[in-house]
Amino acid sequence: MTRDARQIVFENVSKFYGEVLGVNKVSFSLLPGITSLVGPNGSGKTTLMNLLTGLIKPSQGAICVLGLTPKQPIEFFRQVGYCTQFDSFPPGTNGYDFIYWPLRLHGFGSDQAAKLTNEALERAGMAQVAQRKVAGYSKGMRQRIRLAQAIAHHPSVLVLDEPLNGLDPMARAESIALFEAIAKQGMHVIISSHILEEVDRISNRVVLMSSGYVVAEGQIREVRKEVREHPMQILVRCSNAAGLAAAAFELDHVVEAKILNDGHGVLVRTRDAEQFYLLLNKIVSSGLVEIDAVAPADDDVNSIYQYLIGSDGGPT
Amino acid sequence: MSAQSLVARAQEWSKEQPWRLYGSQVSVLVRNEVRRNLLTRRRIWIYLLALLPVLMILAHVIFDRRSIYPAQIENDTRVLAGIVQLYYFRLGIFFACMAIFTWLFRGEMVERTLHYQFLVPVRREVLVVGKFLAGAVIAIALFELAVLTCFYLMYSRFGSAGRSYVFDGPGLAQLGAYLVVTALACLGYGAMFLAFSLLFKNPIVPGVVTMGWEAIAPIFPAWAQRLSVTFYLKHLCPVSLPITGPLAIFTIVAEPVSPFIAVLGLLSLTIAILALSCFLIHRMEITYTAE
Repeated sequence: MTRDARQIVFENVSKFYGEVLGVNKVSFSLLPGITSLVGPNGSGKTTLMNLLTGLIKPSQGAICVLGLTPKQPIEFFRQVGYCTQFDSFPPGTNGYDFIYWPLRLHGFGSDQAAKLTNEALERAGMAQVAQRKVAGYSKGMRQRIRLAQAIAHHPSVLVLDEPLNGLDPMARAESIALFEAIAKQGMHVIISSHILEEVDRISNRVVLMSSGYVVAEGQIREVRKEVREHPMQILVRCSNAAGLAAAAFELDHVVEAKILNDGHGVLVRTRDAEQFYLLLNKIVSSGLVEIDAVAPADDDVNSIYQYLIGSDGGPT
Repeated sequence: MSAQSLVARAQEWSKEQPWRLYGSQVSVLVRNEVRRNLLTRRRIWIYLLALLPVLMILAHVIFDRRSIYPAQIENDTRVLAGIVQLYYFRLGIFFACMAIFTWLFRGEMVERTLHYQFLVPVRREVLVVGKFLAGAVIAIALFELAVLTCFYLMYSRFGSAGRSYVFDGPGLAQLGAYLVVTALACLGYGAMFLAFSLLFKNPIVPGVVTMGWEAIAPIFPAWAQRLSVTFYLKHLCPVSLPITGPLAIFTIVAEPVSPFIAVLGLLSLTIAILALSCFLIHRMEITYTAE
């Protein structure tokens, strides 16, 4: 078992609930940064997160987080914060107590715990309503108070199960900015989400899951390259679209070159993007075409997800 | 491995443990649990269980003024002994502990809040001890207050004769014994129901079985009786009940033991059951959908 003090390592992890498969033979390792777990309901995202944080135990395999396991709870949970998807709270609690008491269990004194509580409330934008009972909070507020609790002790690994659910656009943007800021401090942020566009924008890497299996894992572009059976789409905005399309068709790996409706560009589908980019360089230097913009059209999570799992990755 | 090396390893392990942190975590857990659970509306029926004899004695005090003469004290002492031994130990404390201690973990599982306890840097054994002590504080506070009130109401109506019985006679010793036995009953039953809540999804069935076991334990061999909480409690009760017929099974002392052994025995049983709970809590997983 690799016990790297910077990595999160899953080694051949399986979890069965009786005869029902949770996740099967999952192996990967994560470096600091933002990692997104993507998959439809029942694909095993939450199971993976619960395994990571020790809420459930693997049927086989081993998990190591920064060289620690949940069997060392004191060291482990000082490093890990988990904002679960369970929308339930201790009866009668208010926002402040919800964060303050767990901090006392971390061993913080009352002053330090109060300071950290206020700081977390500020970061999550919940300071104004902290003294109100959580039972009276809106769904978005409940989501944010759970987030505040997860970040209050300044963990090195932040695990967030559907953290953007129920948030309005403003709160969503603030949360994403917060995740990015945490990741920039060299921490691990592991997010599961159905909102692929947002996850795609902020993620350093993705773990794509389907029916309990990890179907792809790595940086989004790397994953995209691995999906060889689906030609990559490249959008080229240029002056001589017909000329570019004709040149592209001469290449074996180009399977389609479609001139855009406005006539000022071509959408190319190729099995070898690097070769196509070389061709593009040659064409530009020959002066045949003037290029305005080149952009991959489908190396986002959504497209990869569609190719690999056959679903559009939208909310399920 | 020799006994010496085992002791050396145990000492080394003990030195490595952050006992001060464990202590502060237990203290925080107890305060938080007591704050959340002592005075809540859903606990009303537990308060009623504790207060029922108080209300009965109060009615007796109010409506039975004719029987206030010194000779009646002895009779009332037996009534109080019956209330403590037959009601509190067999029913009141038993069911209250069932409600309080099974709720500590199973209730949080039902309310889907247990994961918060499992995501803090607290050893699960510390969690068990903290929650157990919180439950014990609640149960002991409630029933000691109830027994104390019963005792006060029972003897205060006799005026100077009652005061004399309490302070110059056996009254104070009896009160002390009742308070000790009440606390021990809360600890014993509490540990048992805490373990049940970790062993079974529905601890009520094993609770009912245990109630039956506690009743019929006196007819079993001496070693088996030691697995019953009331076996120890009976030895500590200061007043014996003159019950005959089938109900005498509740008061039979088949094999007398000294009060010291009874206290030690019950505390040992409590610690053994708590140790089992500490083992069981490690098997527990957060699978709310399976509840």
